[in-house]
Amino acid sequence: MENIIQFENVSKSFGDLQVLNKLNLEVKDGEKLALIGPSGSGKTTILRILMTLETIDDGFVSVNGEYLWHEKNDGKIIPASENHLHKMRDHIGMVFQQFNLFPHLTAIENVQQPQTLIKKKTDAEAKEKAEELFHLVGLGDKKDQYPHQLSGGQQQRVAIARALAMDPKIMLFDEVTSALDPELVDEVLTVLRKLASDSDTTMLTVTHEMNFAREFADRVLFFDSGQIVESGKPESIFSNPTKKRTKEFLKKFINNVN
Amino acid sequence: MEWNWDHAYAVLPQLGDGLIVTIQATIVASLLAYILGLGIAILKMSKSKLTRVLLHWVTEFVRRTPILVQLYVVFYVLPDFGIFLEAFTCGVIVLGIHFSTYTSEVFRAGIENVPKGQWEAAKSLNYNPLQTWKNVILPQAIPPMIPPLANYLITMFKETPLLAAITVVELFRAADQYSNSHYTYLEPMTLVGVFFLIVSIPSAMLAMKLEKKFKQAKTA
Repeated sequence: MENIIQFENVSKSFGDLQVLNKLNLEVKDGEKLALIGPSGSGKTTILRILMTLETIDDGFVSVNGEYLWHEKNDGKIIPASENHLHKMRDHIGMVFQQFNLFPHLTAIENVQQPQTLIKKKTDAEAKEKAEELFHLVGLGDKKDQYPHQLSGGQQQRVAIARALAMDPKIMLFDEVTSALDPELVDEVLTVLRKLASDSDTTMLTVTHEMNFAREFADRVLFFDSGQIVESGKPESIFSNPTKKRTKEFLKKFINNVN
Repeated sequence: MEWNWDHAYAVLPQLGDGLIVTIQATIVASLLAYILGLGIAILKMSKSKLTRVLLHWVTEFVRRTPILVQLYVVFYVLPDFGIFLEAFTCGVIVLGIHFSTYTSEVFRAGIENVPKGQWEAAKSLNYNPLQTWKNVILPQAIPPMIPPLANYLITMFKETPLLAAITVVELFRAADQYSNSHYTYLEPMTLVGVFFLIVSIPSAMLAMKLEKKFKQAKTA
């Protein structure tokens, strides 16, 4: 299978803080990846770089066989133009920790507007797709509510529907349950599990929910200090971690693991 | 001194003409203040430090000098440099520019109050900058701006008598002309005050109502 995402020696710093250090990463088409590790280890930065919310300092990122942050011009490799980034963003969708729904639009309008604006769909087509997705995330009866009338878990499910409506090849989930009250976490994870098992979309999730990571992912990456310390199938990472740092990290989550 | 109704009735037609000029000046000057203010606010968020610093000092300069002095400079000094403007034009330009330095702060605060996550969500859905401003940022930024912008509108309305200093016959100067020729200030000036109150009190109440309405919407 083709690599849909490739990081080659990617470095990124915020001031003096180096968050990614010559990172190499390959993701296969359709793969479901869970990124785990301590806060500040660079996991979220990887997603934000892919969504073009953060630039890179060094190295190359490829998405769907093309450079993301560079483009070829007369055989020369130059930094990507806004046009190129716009084209590349079409492949990628993202769900945020803070939901980031548009508060002035109803739930269903949140899902319809991007389709009509960006995908140039008619109102009827956008509505049909939105209703389909609301059914999928279990919010059929909430579609005319405004975001502030919905619980955090419901808002996050709308945000998932909104990202899915754009038919991205790659979906990025950035700690999507971290801002939720504990009793609302499950309703969101249930949707994600269903998505992971039913779709061919490539998915990357940054999460602190170890049980979920184990069920969701084909492959788990353990990050620390901007580098991949260990990667492998969920069973091997969670049951037989080989690196000391992985073991130490997982010990803190021992109650969540089993 | 006694109130003389004959004077009061006699001055009314002139005050009516003056009020029309006052309202015209307020509308044109406020439109200028809003459009220019929004432009300044957007430019003040520019990536170029030079633009930001330059604008900061220009707006500080305009805000920290009296409107009356600015009116005199534009009306009486610019002609020395070959720039001749009609009194009314001068008046609305000076008033509009002066208040744009205030409205720009309202626009800037309103725009900055939209969370960063909204920009990021728009980008993640591949909205271009124009689509982001039009569909995501401004619809959220504008409602809370309406009460303070309405208050500036009322303030500008109240400052229009300054235009009398550069020969614009607005409400106040119309009354003043009558007073000078009839040697009575009581009736014309009282009526000017009443005219201003009749317009500004309901407007201020409306602005307060809008403010309350917005606050309720926000906490809902």
